[in-house]
Amino acid sequence: MKIALYVTCLVDQLWPEVGTATVRLLRHAGCEVQFDLSQTCCGQPACNSGYPDHAIALAQNVITSFERSGAEALVLPSGSCTAQIRHYPQLFLHDEAWRQRALALSMRTFELGWFLVHRCKLDSVPGSFRGTVGWHDSCHGLRDLGNKHEGPSLLRLVPGLELRELDNAEDCCGFGGTFAVKLPDLSVAIADRKLEGIVRAGVDAVIGSDVSCLMHLRTRLLHQRSKIRALHLAEVLAGGMS
Amino acid sequence: MSGDHLPMEQFERNANAALADQTQRAALHSATQLFSQRRRNALARAEGFEDWRNQARAIKDHTLLYLDHYLAEFERNATARGTVVHWAESGEDAARIVIELANKHGIDRAVKSKSMTTEEIGLNKALERAGIGAVETDLGEWIIQLAGEVPFHIVVPAIHKTRAQVGAILHDATGVDANASAADLTASARMALRAEFAAANLGISGANFAIAETGSFLILENEGNARLCTTLPRVHVAIVGIEKMLPAVADLAVFLRLLPRSGTGQDLTTYQSLLTGTKSSANRDGPDEVHVVLLDNGRSHMLDQAVTRQSLACIRCGACLNACPVYQQVGGHAYGSVYPGPIGAVITPQLQDLAKASKLPFASTLCGACRDVCPVKIDIPELLLHLRAEVKQGHPTRPAAAPNRLERMVFSAFAFCMRDARRYVLATRLARLADRYFGALLRRLPPLSRWCRGRTAPRLARRPFRDLWQELR
Repeated sequence: MKIALYVTCLVDQLWPEVGTATVRLLRHAGCEVQFDLSQTCCGQPACNSGYPDHAIALAQNVITSFERSGAEALVLPSGSCTAQIRHYPQLFLHDEAWRQRALALSMRTFELGWFLVHRCKLDSVPGSFRGTVGWHDSCHGLRDLGNKHEGPSLLRLVPGLELRELDNAEDCCGFGGTFAVKLPDLSVAIADRKLEGIVRAGVDAVIGSDVSCLMHLRTRLLHQRSKIRALHLAEVLAGGMS
Repeated sequence: MSGDHLPMEQFERNANAALADQTQRAALHSATQLFSQRRRNALARAEGFEDWRNQARAIKDHTLLYLDHYLAEFERNATARGTVVHWAESGEDAARIVIELANKHGIDRAVKSKSMTTEEIGLNKALERAGIGAVETDLGEWIIQLAGEVPFHIVVPAIHKTRAQVGAILHDATGVDANASAADLTASARMALRAEFAAANLGISGANFAIAETGSFLILENEGNARLCTTLPRVHVAIVGIEKMLPAVADLAVFLRLLPRSGTGQDLTTYQSLLTGTKSSANRDGPDEVHVVLLDNGRSHMLDQAVTRQSLACIRCGACLNACPVYQQVGGHAYGSVYPGPIGAVITPQLQDLAKASKLPFASTLCGACRDVCPVKIDIPELLLHLRAEVKQGHPTRPAAAPNRLERMVFSAFAFCMRDARRYVLATRLARLADRYFGALLRRLPPLSRWCRGRTAPRLARRPFRDLWQELR
């Protein structure tokens, strides 16, 4: 199966290991992976900050890039950006031709975990892990895409990994895009509520499928000099981590 | 004395003050957890909750599309049963109608049952200015009134108060021992309020639903005070938002299942009072005069578009407040508006001046927990995004309500760089250079300085993924 990889700007610039791990996983699952260097950002920051018009050209860039690729599916290691692309048709309510193209893309856009479980039927992973982990349901993956069991079911394939349920797995991490800098103290307070649940569970790491949430939790944990790590699902599944 | 709201333009300052109040945060945390858990328990006992939600939303959507028809039908049927129907375009109009009514009857004392709509129009203050004393008779509302505050929550107005605080407030009001048991504190309130009921000639209430078919309205409550307010005084006036309309009595069935379960986690509230007309008509009991003030106060503007129309489907259950990570941290007062929480962040800017309330749609992480719990499936995140665009970007026919020139330039620059991968690569290379030479300085300037409040700075990777790809392909 030929798939196009959209790594997202955050993975590209801040956490490229997630991109590398995603490629390794998709190849392990038998996919032929394409990566179009013309990709930048999906436009979510503009939409969420009240400037949806600024997202239109960015959306068109993603749409044309996918059309050029001839791939069957666009796969992202992010529930949030997947949800953004799935909402693209709403940006073109007054442009039927573009709306149709956006619709065609949105139906072929998948979050990595969901894609590995439901399309690739993955039943083994290259990675292994020593320790206990908790799963964080990223809000957009959970509530916009309806992903709930995909991440945990993939983690159960990892040798040596012990998965514990977080009693607040579905709670927001407090990131919220520009919310994190518009209302920083509130954002941190929400992160701390999330981290309380992670500490209660006594895990070595919290794992999720969105770099944005994980970056938020990771930088808070680093600030607290905590030993708990925040890791992306792809990194853990692909292995090669210390 | 009625309390004042914090300035809603200062959401961040209000929120940070609330974050610093550890007593309030502890009370708020346990209350929101408790009500969320009660709601989950009630849903676990109920089969078909999802069907009820769809059914309720369909009824609301239909009624809102034909609202003019049902409002006229309500007026006709209420009038036929002896109820006087008044129309108020604004909150001031509604307050004036109540004051004129009180003056006509020479009434200077009123009892009130809990009503967010009367909070919305600032009725207590208007009555005070007109020399009419109005006593809140819902226990939580009375505590808030005695404390000189505004409600903290739309269903449970005093959840931020600890038991000790409530004891002190009731001690001052009734003389009861501040450390008395909850039962004794409540009994002292009951004694004091019974005297108010007996003395008052005017009862003021809101309504949860109005029924076009019969000209009735329904009030749900747990303390019995609303039933006393609406039956004991000679004159009863209900302030009812026009969106409270339902076509028929039969439509209540699904809402009676949804509202208590979503709000307080009860299968049914203790009292459901379906009030139709005056004593002189079909009923032997009840007031001599019943007045209904149908209030617009900005609601009809929301009918314009489907996205905003759904705001009027709200049945004020408060479930979205309890589920919201922002409300759970800062509570109701920080919003500076009558309606706090996710639903407040979308209806306040539509009821009031959007420019004044422009901070509220941004007081959300867009996590969507509110949409998950809403019994009538209002897509609150969609509304928040719609209002954010109205605030910042405007619309071909409407200018932005609260434009920010600097921020707009930043997003123009962002879009310019992101439109073309060559510009994006150049911009990210420049960012790496800036990080290397001026990183420490940049982290002291916004937006990074604001990120670094409580978090370490995110660092750009040495090599972006697009460079690593060359070796992976």
